[in-house]
Amino acid sequence: MSANNPAIEQIFRDGGINGVDASSRPVVFSIRMRLARNLAGHRLPGWADKTARAQVLGECFSALRGVEALSGAAYLMMDELDEFEKLALVESHLISRELMASKHDSGVVVKKSAGCSIMINEEDHLRIQMVRRGMDLEALWKNIDAVDDAIEEKLDYAFSDKLGYLTACPTNLGTGMRASAMMHLPGLCLAGHMEQVIRTVAQLGLAVRGHFGEGTEATGSIFQISNQQTLGEDEGTIIRRLANVLSAVIEQELNAREKLLEEKNDKFLDKIGRARGVLQNGHLLSSEEAMDHLSLTRLAADMGMVPASWRDVADRLLVETQPGLMQVRAGAEIDPARRDALRAKIMREEFAQMPTLTHINGAMSANS
Amino acid sequence: MAESHKCQICGKPATVHLTQIVGSKIHKIDLCEDCAREKGVTDPEGFSLGEIFGGAHAQQTGESLVCDKCGFTPKDFKKNGLFGCPDCYVKFAPVLEPMLRTMHRDIVHRGKVPARSLKKMSIRGRISAMEEQLDLAIKDERFEDAAKIRDELATMRKSMKTETK
Repeated sequence: MSANNPAIEQIFRDGGINGVDASSRPVVFSIRMRLARNLAGHRLPGWADKTARAQVLGECFSALRGVEALSGAAYLMMDELDEFEKLALVESHLISRELMASKHDSGVVVKKSAGCSIMINEEDHLRIQMVRRGMDLEALWKNIDAVDDAIEEKLDYAFSDKLGYLTACPTNLGTGMRASAMMHLPGLCLAGHMEQVIRTVAQLGLAVRGHFGEGTEATGSIFQISNQQTLGEDEGTIIRRLANVLSAVIEQELNAREKLLEEKNDKFLDKIGRARGVLQNGHLLSSEEAMDHLSLTRLAADMGMVPASWRDVADRLLVETQPGLMQVRAGAEIDPARRDALRAKIMREEFAQMPTLTHINGAMSANS
Repeated sequence: MAESHKCQICGKPATVHLTQIVGSKIHKIDLCEDCAREKGVTDPEGFSLGEIFGGAHAQQTGESLVCDKCGFTPKDFKKNGLFGCPDCYVKFAPVLEPMLRTMHRDIVHRGKVPARSLKKMSIRGRISAMEEQLDLAIKDERFEDAAKIRDELATMRKSMKTETK
């Protein structure tokens, strides 16, 4: 329970995504990077016994405590957390589902104000992750590169001149870097162009995944686009290719939205109007349904149908009304039916003051 | 670079390119995303990498490889596509290359080098440059120079060893 775990409380006290540049933007929620690193001379987590894993976890925790950039971070052992607390960490993208499911002797170090979390004994010994708003991949690389340098001063990484950073899975060899952007693409979804986008992006060596990564659904028209290949190119080249593709996808998304507006597509306007109706008046909302409606509200804000500040509200609630985070906030387990009622109540309160939707050209008014 | 191959099953543009070594022959397979998925090639849990890896090795050497450091075998790799320890990459290097070619743009690292390795590499670079100088000095019969270079080389080799530890 959160009351018993001050570290969890510390992480979730502030809410929101991260301290770094907290204002929301159209189309791109956030960008993130992760570096896979392993310690030389140690068995990799999946092939190590309990003692070996415990030793690596201990070494990593004590090394990270000496890294200045991580001062004030929370240190969490996975087997000391409740299920809903782990779930909340997954929902906040601070840990992966794999770490949540890991058996023993794994942990995470979270410095939320820096948008930084470091998983220990997931697939690799260390998975250093950083997230920030906006599109500045170069700046994010600079930040994570510096943290990586500081950690490397304390720990001896497994590295080969030819193959780069040695990772448990050969798909991560080389840079060990996965850079990604969390994209909001309702325009392309509504226009039925998403499949084509996924295919084109795949041909460029990039991957499109659902909200929570590999194998997950794209609820709320939220997608992650990331590099697939890590060996054979330097980080800068990989990042630049990703940035180019992201710009192209953003352009396509904005074009699709413009077209929807131009055509005064009734189906589209109806969806946005209904989303508002449900958020203001619903009494039972599953997290998937809530995500879809919040996604449409975000779209309405991007398109000037409601003031842009409602995008911040939608973004905040997209995170806060996830099952695990709701339970952490309540400090106790809540069964799904009660969660759906509570979620609907939160939405009614939050959206009570949302003004009537207006079309950009004044051609649409949802309430008239 | 994107290649303009066609899927060998359905003829659609191929986005998955596999290279498989069977015996001494190299087989290249081009598949579209759908066929690749259907065949389980893109599914890490499926046959894919492990099959290729284990299969290629067994065919090539006819004996079982085991990592000296951690006891890991290609059969273990087959289970989930993950290695046992960083040294597995040295042990399994000969059979690794075709697999890496299917996954990455190239098989040589061009990215960041950790500072420790950079130090080692720069010493290594200096050593190989001095070795060339040594050869040249011997060839030119400048034996006094050669002796000096040999002493310097010995010192550098020693410092590389201590820094590697």
